[in-house]
Amino acid sequence: MLSASWGDPQNPLEPANTNEVQGGKVLDMIFRGLKRYDPVTGEAQDMLAEKIETSDSQNFTITVKDGWTFSNGEKVTARSFVDAWNYGASLRNNQRNAYFFGYIQGYDEVHPEEGEQSADTLSGLKVTGERTFTVALTQKFSTFPDTLGYNAFAPLPRAFFDDHDAWVKKPVGNGPYLVDSYTRGSQMSLRTWADYPGPDKARNGGVDLKVYTDNNTAYTDLLAGNLDLVDDVPAPQLKNVRDDLGGRYLNTPAGIIQTLAFPFYDEDWNKPGSEKVRTGLSMAIDRKQITDTIFQKTRTPATDWTSPVLGEDGGFQDGLCGKACEYDPEGAKKLIEEGGGLPGGKVTITFNADTGSHREWVNAVCHSINNALDDERACTANPVGTFADFRNEITGRKMTGPFRAGWQMDYPLIQNFLQPLYYTDASSNDGKWSNQQFDDLVDRANRETDTATAVGLFQQAEEVVRDNMAAIPLWYQNGSAGWSERLSDVKLNPFSVPVYDQIKVS
Amino acid sequence: MGRYVVRRLLQMIPVFVGATLLIFLMVHVMGDPIAGLCGERQCDQATAARLKREFGLDQPVWRQYLTYMGNVFTGDFGTAFNGQEVTELMSTAFPVTVRLTLIAIVFEIVVGVTLGVLTGLRRGRPVDTGVLLVTLVVISVPTFVTGLLLQLLLGVKWDWIRPSVSSEAPFGELVLPGLVLASVSLAYVTRLTRTSIAENRRSDYVRTAVAKGLPRHRVVVRHLLRNSLIPVVTFIGADIGFLMGGAIVTERIFNIHGVGYQLYQGILRQNTQTVVGFVTVLVLVFLLANLLVDLLYAVLDPRIRYV
Repeated sequence: MLSASWGDPQNPLEPANTNEVQGGKVLDMIFRGLKRYDPVTGEAQDMLAEKIETSDSQNFTITVKDGWTFSNGEKVTARSFVDAWNYGASLRNNQRNAYFFGYIQGYDEVHPEEGEQSADTLSGLKVTGERTFTVALTQKFSTFPDTLGYNAFAPLPRAFFDDHDAWVKKPVGNGPYLVDSYTRGSQMSLRTWADYPGPDKARNGGVDLKVYTDNNTAYTDLLAGNLDLVDDVPAPQLKNVRDDLGGRYLNTPAGIIQTLAFPFYDEDWNKPGSEKVRTGLSMAIDRKQITDTIFQKTRTPATDWTSPVLGEDGGFQDGLCGKACEYDPEGAKKLIEEGGGLPGGKVTITFNADTGSHREWVNAVCHSINNALDDERACTANPVGTFADFRNEITGRKMTGPFRAGWQMDYPLIQNFLQPLYYTDASSNDGKWSNQQFDDLVDRANRETDTATAVGLFQQAEEVVRDNMAAIPLWYQNGSAGWSERLSDVKLNPFSVPVYDQIKVS
Repeated sequence: MGRYVVRRLLQMIPVFVGATLLIFLMVHVMGDPIAGLCGERQCDQATAARLKREFGLDQPVWRQYLTYMGNVFTGDFGTAFNGQEVTELMSTAFPVTVRLTLIAIVFEIVVGVTLGVLTGLRRGRPVDTGVLLVTLVVISVPTFVTGLLLQLLLGVKWDWIRPSVSSEAPFGELVLPGLVLASVSLAYVTRLTRTSIAENRRSDYVRTAVAKGLPRHRVVVRHLLRNSLIPVVTFIGADIGFLMGGAIVTERIFNIHGVGYQLYQGILRQNTQTVVGFVTVLVLVFLLANLLVDLLYAVLDPRIRYV
């Protein structure tokens, strides 16, 4: 048994309603989906899926393995999945992750952009046998099976629908742990499920998740021996962490990348030659210095537009950005001049000032640009009061210069780092960048049935992003963890959640 | 006396309405709470609209306020964004904070008043100077410094106590946090009592009591202390509300899941229901504590009569 730090989940603990780490920790322990991402390589491996077949990358037949049950004894069948997905997609259930089901046919009927829903279930989902069901997508999407490791796609027992309130108070799933007791806002005790049918049985007796208001207190408790695992080492302690914990500390990139996006609807940023200006700006930013001093190495300078959690096979390519992401003041100055100079002679970086200490790094980025260009007034920071206002300005197309953009992956696929952000009119394409060559490559990659070829095509598309500098990659955000002497084998999965079931307690 | 209490209770109504309205408006100004619900990205339009309707955020502010107050009077404080009833949050948070406040008040009364009497009777002596110096230090050092320092020394270095409080928060574990929470007020109580005692020591009635030949402890406790406590009682009474709401810092340091914790989380997540609900109850506590203090005056000083 071990104890670990926790935060109060923001939303009720439903699989399709949990979009942050704290709730994700619990779901990762009590649920197993069709696929599961390998904590080290990030590769999606079959878990409950016996096979997922397709001939056209658009219609999939999924067979669920035999012998799986929920911890209350109910069998996990095709219906467990279909019901869960229909629940997650339906507008009336207010599920924050509903958009995950957006590629499935009929989504626009159960979750219209506005107005009432005209259907209760997704027309693209059909149960064809006790353990088989079919999924029809609205477009070709060859890597769709690899998205199924995300919590939103977890199966749900009937108890979830029959007595929803009771289920939320004490969730029942099919993972290696059982919820033993749950006191909302303070503690959740999880115990190993002795009859767990899966191959990844928990290697410890159970986990007590304790809510901490302040990660400093959690860290103090770890030092005092009252807590075994802290998965967010507070920034002020980073300087001491090596002395305090020795080797019992982990700091690795998570699936989050910070970028600067550009308003391509503004002519100043979208004329011939402005790609040189954008690339020049990228080269004027001293990423290493900023991540070392401001972030105390809890960020890693970005060298591509994805994340190291994808792994080499998954499409991460260290250094794909090449010279364009290396600090080179001379080159930067030259490129910006070649591209016709900064629009109006200066550039403002817009960001929201209410969270995440963005002010510090934006100032540092500006400072770096000013130094590189030998101009004290080249770059200024433009704070927006709240995140909500910031979002409103972005959707209202009111940006006049680069602005902060962050992307937290939904699933560890290179597709997820490119298509939603840079495809023409994609949901999170905030800069409204549009490029035919990029779109074609993404379409081809999605049609491709061979994963390696698909990844290669996505990387080619990423090179188009680089050559046009559609957005400046800044750094990858890291996840961190510190643990007591009793524990060994502590790892973080691609979503920066500790892999609790593999932790050994001595 | 009865009429006085009724009048005071009636006066509370406008104060209560004004206070809650202000809080309501302030939380409203913080912006759209729905925008923060979906993390770094934008909520999809349809879900955002539905959530807004469900929480009544699509209504004009004045109507939101009226609906809210209407519900409050029927005992319904609304639902927090994580699906929990605010009353449920209160039922777990308030007992913890009340315990913490009780310990703090006991510290203030026992230690503060004792030290105050001791120093007041020995003015100018080394004890007096020493205690004065210590209280000066306590007042000038911010609570979070005292808290973190004690936590590190007692919890990590010497291993006397657990650095954090468990979720049940029994009295035993709350002693140190209670002391930290009380520290600044305790110093003030000491100083107030000291001044008051020193002043009254020279008054006529004390001289008479001494001249009558009453035993010294009777003179001090019955005559001197009772008359000297009026400013101290005022201070402690006002402090109850302050301690309950101001425990945010202490509760964070020692990871106590009380009112401060819920308020902090409510503000971070822009959860109007939680913030307004908790503040409303705090306002009530504050008002009642003040009423109690005023009534205590009459007990302490027979010259004060309420009609």
